[in-house]
Amino acid sequence: MADNMVNVTIDGVKVSVPSSYTVLEAARAAGIKIPTLCFLKDVNQIGACRVCLVEVEGARALAAACVMPVNEGMVVHTNSAKVRQTRKNTLEMILSDHNVDCLSCIRNGNCELQSLTEEYGIRKVTFKGIKSQSVLDDKSFSIVRDGSKCVKCGRCVAACKKQSIGVLSFLNRGFETSVGPAYDISMADAPCIYCGQCIVSCPVGALHEKEETDKVWDAINDPSKHVVMQVAPAVRAGIGEEFGLPIGTRATGKMFAAMHRLGVDKVYDTNFGADLTIMEEGTELLGRLKNGGVLPMITSCSPGWIRFCEFYFPEFIPNLSSCKSPHEMEGALIKTYYAEKNGIDPKDIVVVSVMPCTSKKTEAAREQLVNKDGLRDVDIVLTTRELARMIKQAGLNFNSLPDEGPDTDLLGEYTGAGVIFGATGGVMEAALRTVADILEEKDLPNFEYTQVRGVEADVKEATLTLAGKEIKVAVAHSTAAARELLTKIKNGEANDYAFIEIMGCSGGCVCGGGQPIVPAQDLMDIDIRAERAKALYEEDKVMPERKSHKNSQVMQLYKDFLGEPNGHKAHELLHTTYGQREISPDSVLEK
Amino acid sequence: MSIIKMTPEEQSAKFEEVLSKFRGQGQKALMATLQQSQEIYGYLPLPVQRKVAEALDVSVAEVYGVVSFYSFFSLKPKGEYAFNVCLGTACYVKGSQALLDKIEASLGIKQGDVTEDTKFSISACRCVGACGLAPVVLVNDDVYGRLTPDEIPGIIAKYKEEA
Repeated sequence: MADNMVNVTIDGVKVSVPSSYTVLEAARAAGIKIPTLCFLKDVNQIGACRVCLVEVEGARALAAACVMPVNEGMVVHTNSAKVRQTRKNTLEMILSDHNVDCLSCIRNGNCELQSLTEEYGIRKVTFKGIKSQSVLDDKSFSIVRDGSKCVKCGRCVAACKKQSIGVLSFLNRGFETSVGPAYDISMADAPCIYCGQCIVSCPVGALHEKEETDKVWDAINDPSKHVVMQVAPAVRAGIGEEFGLPIGTRATGKMFAAMHRLGVDKVYDTNFGADLTIMEEGTELLGRLKNGGVLPMITSCSPGWIRFCEFYFPEFIPNLSSCKSPHEMEGALIKTYYAEKNGIDPKDIVVVSVMPCTSKKTEAAREQLVNKDGLRDVDIVLTTRELARMIKQAGLNFNSLPDEGPDTDLLGEYTGAGVIFGATGGVMEAALRTVADILEEKDLPNFEYTQVRGVEADVKEATLTLAGKEIKVAVAHSTAAARELLTKIKNGEANDYAFIEIMGCSGGCVCGGGQPIVPAQDLMDIDIRAERAKALYEEDKVMPERKSHKNSQVMQLYKDFLGEPNGHKAHELLHTTYGQREISPDSVLEK
Repeated sequence: MSIIKMTPEEQSAKFEEVLSKFRGQGQKALMATLQQSQEIYGYLPLPVQRKVAEALDVSVAEVYGVVSFYSFFSLKPKGEYAFNVCLGTACYVKGSQALLDKIEASLGIKQGDVTEDTKFSISACRCVGACGLAPVVLVNDDVYGRLTPDEIPGIIAKYKEEA
């Protein structure tokens, strides 16, 4: 872009920056850090919190650096006595209506308000007075909202709106202002998809996952329970961050080593379930293509997306693949195939899924995912952050652990196709690798479908020729992108897709709401979607097998237990149903 | 704010008119849509907010956020006779708080509420632009200036007779 350059002086440092820059960005270019709180790049840029105030020579008052555009010859002071004192006053006022319960806060050690309070040397809460009334909402399976910690920065409101959902809004006015769904009802009663983007946007502990680590410890400590822990592909691309490793570190080996050391009975990789998903979903797609089934078929791995579809686009429910998500498939098999083979009563098995996702917690409680004996396929879902906490509680030194793998019996093998499920385009690519081989009836040497990778576009598409037939596919990441794509299809502007992958979060699972939370200042320079995805594609490259149908244990499973893909038993265990949800039922809102 | 008396059918028809006028216009039309909707119903109950959200393609939370922000918008129905006490600076220093207290005590309801028989409601506002008459109380479109608390019972009695 041929942006005009302007010269500005910040704290005596002369820099030449594009005229579209804000003072915050210009300062960053000059190597000067301006503190922020409500600012979240590409999400929330509203200049509301006044923490980034700077002095601009010639200006009447202090300016918010995050929204102040630069202009030629501008002279800025970010560190004058007046600036420091004003920022300090602002922080003290925020603290005066905050519960300051830092030691026992879930965000202790990773809180932007805590960091700012430390940076500004605030030693006491100067302003004392009444605190605003707040709500603690822990009714949902996924997300807890604690208004007593909310700083009203609006980052969650903006993130929710960016997802094109908007269940969170500012409510009321002035001192009574709060953040919540309409009528301040619980998020469990609002049309929330539990993607958790509000959580990873929150600078403090006002929004967090519903913690279930204690339940897992209890199961581990109960000798009558057989605990099987499985872990999703995206977790390995994020968990290192919780232990100080750079963003994008592939921590697969240390992650498995840590999981074994928690005392669970078995450790599996959900990638096995991903490979199995490809067998089932690929077969389903081929069947729909052959038998004139409902097209385009849309993937069903992302529970945030599934809820979005059930709430906002119910007319597309027939398009959804009937496949359960990978960890649910794996859970169903652990309580049948695995239980049988090992002679364990399924009632004594506790399946714990470690997921990059908050919506998975609610998914696991779906009535459609409870088997005929009343057992859930998956009993407990932990986020990546919760697994990291368990590792810390166990006293493990993550970074010095040896590299290990999952257990290798029965459901232990996985291919590169399973690994890339965690990034946008990954499910599509994994499916294409298998579907192409089946249609062409050979082991194709070129199977990297790079057209569907990457985060530059929210909606990606590709046209492939397989066995002489053209197949058009699309990939959408974030529910806003899903809305855009589905609206087009609804309006008849795009009706030739055979297969669509949708993930609820931008970038896919690697940036799910259960992943480590990166401070807003770090997000200014790094696209974590791309960095974390790299870790998965790196793992794909080093896997001996990179196509799901080459997973020998998956093939063995069909031979020994399931029969054919999409066969009777596979349908009973690995497939599910969906149903329309009411967006705002009167029963809830009119109380 | 005046309350236009309409049958429920007339209200629905009028509301549909308002919605179709602003349909698809998004957030920028929210204030106008809500204002005109409130003119029809006298307040903004949830079903109205939901229809506004649907028509403008914004979320119900966003609509509720705006409704709960502005004191002009009401979530509760107004009475047939809506008392509106000015608490703007001029009226306030001239003792309008005492007027509000007296009205609340006389009607047995609080600010923001409506009597059980839906005859009376009380709300407060900031400055009606009649500072010369401070302290001011409005009952629907009737303006009462330079009031003292002991005049309140007489005013209430007058509307009770009318009703």
